[in-house]
Amino acid sequence: MLAIRGPGTCGSAEIAILYAKFPTYVAEPEIMQDITQALSLAVALVAKGDADLIEIVALSLRVSLVALACACALGIPLGAALAIRSFPGRGVILIIINALMGLPPVVVGLLVYLHLSASGPFGFLQLLYTPTAMIIAQTILITPIIAALSRQILADLHAEYAETFRALAISRRRSVAALLWEGRFSLITVALAGFGRAIAEVGAVIIVGGNIDHLTRVMTTAIALETSKGDLALALALGMVLLVIALVVNALALGVRARAAGYAHA
Amino acid sequence: MLEDEGGLEDEGGRARPPAGEAAASAAATATMPADAMATPADPDALLADPRALRCRQLTLTRGGQTLIDRLDLTLPPTGCSVIMGPNGAGKSLLLRLAHGLIEATAGDVRWGPDAIAPAHRLRHALVFQKPVLLRRSAQANVLFALADRGLSRTICEARAQAVLVQVGLASKATTPARALSGGEQQRLALARALAIEPAVLLLDEPTANLDPASTAHIERLVTSAVAQGLKVVFVTHDTAQARRLADDCVFLERGRVVEHAPAPTFFAQPRSEAAAAYLEGRLYA
Repeated sequence: MLAIRGPGTCGSAEIAILYAKFPTYVAEPEIMQDITQALSLAVALVAKGDADLIEIVALSLRVSLVALACACALGIPLGAALAIRSFPGRGVILIIINALMGLPPVVVGLLVYLHLSASGPFGFLQLLYTPTAMIIAQTILITPIIAALSRQILADLHAEYAETFRALAISRRRSVAALLWEGRFSLITVALAGFGRAIAEVGAVIIVGGNIDHLTRVMTTAIALETSKGDLALALALGMVLLVIALVVNALALGVRARAAGYAHA
Repeated sequence: MLEDEGGLEDEGGRARPPAGEAAASAAATATMPADAMATPADPDALLADPRALRCRQLTLTRGGQTLIDRLDLTLPPTGCSVIMGPNGAGKSLLLRLAHGLIEATAGDVRWGPDAIAPAHRLRHALVFQKPVLLRRSAQANVLFALADRGLSRTICEARAQAVLVQVGLASKATTPARALSGGEQQRLALARALAIEPAVLLLDEPTANLDPASTAHIERLVTSAVAQGLKVVFVTHDTAQARRLADDCVFLERGRVVEHAPAPTFFAQPRSEAAAAYLEGRLYA
């Protein structure tokens, strides 16, 4: 029997009344009763390396890592240009990029959907409901984050080194390369932040990916689906994997920062 | 005739000698640079030397403030010219203008016959008061300075090794530059400058905040560079250091040259009240 603790203690009769009135907001007693069992099943799924679980995790990693690579390829040069060069419209671009850092994933999903749908301008590519569409959505989502954070890091480094580089007659190309190398540890942290945002995102990929089994189902969309179906075991197992990934990413970020501090002596 | 129109007169209206004395003084000093007095060489030929600095009516304004005020100055192509003056006099700005790091509001800077251009930075070197070193090894910092000069890797490494030996940092070639002491970092900055084999070395208070041993080390390197034929322009607040290093002295105040004379003359008989007070360590406003 489920006991719900609230301002007062409710009995089964009260729960039945509440569930009848607000079925969405009151947990089904059977589901809650199964939570321990679901947890054990989830651990078992992770431990034995369930094929479905591995497939979903692998696709999630593939989509988010490719999106991260694309976002870094676009965002870091954009950040470097904004940090180092002065050109008309730079201020406007900066404001837009900073604003896009808080871009809602569902809006990105919707925009990509509109462009990739059959009636959209890129419908002929037939990318909707494919991993490529998910990669595009995640790339759009995290590129502003990578660009804005890279710009800040590179602008600070540029302020520190610009006069020295000019005094030494270092070319612009080599100056940029040197700044990227000097800021490599901070930029890796930026990339990890972007990866964290991509892998944990659900709104955009569910719209453009469709959460199709064995094709576009990733961890976050699977968790959402399995939870709504009441199959908590797989949802919890995926949640565990997601948490472990988040922990590993954070540990890596900390390690990178520690290494940077130790290496630079500054 | 080589002359230093603005530099040898007190443009601020301070302690001008009487007219006759001024004429005698001008006769004694108008043949600046110092080496020109010792060698009656053709002054035009001296000014044709790309190591001779000429500033004419040089002006720099920022935010409505005039930081360099119609400054006229001619520095000889050899020896060590020391620039002195109180804080805010424009010493560091003058070096930056002379190195082409900032653009003058008016007037011009010439090295020999040529107006200042980015190409001068390939042949001249500037060392800042606070060296900014890359977060990599001492040797890598020197190699970085040589990277864009079309030299082979072998030559670059040989030069880096040679200058690190010269500044006494050979044993610390692989040490992260930012882990070096303040004196070592400044020597590394000097090594980085010397590695490009410059014709002119501009030093902006390179020994400020250094202990006597580190200062002595830097001074030995400067003296050695001058002996090898480099033109050195050295900014300092330290009058004792100026006495040790200077062949000629420039005294700046409020963005103008108050006095420019051969070192012995400048230290024995400063003609301006400001320079006299500065040299005696007297407080003045």
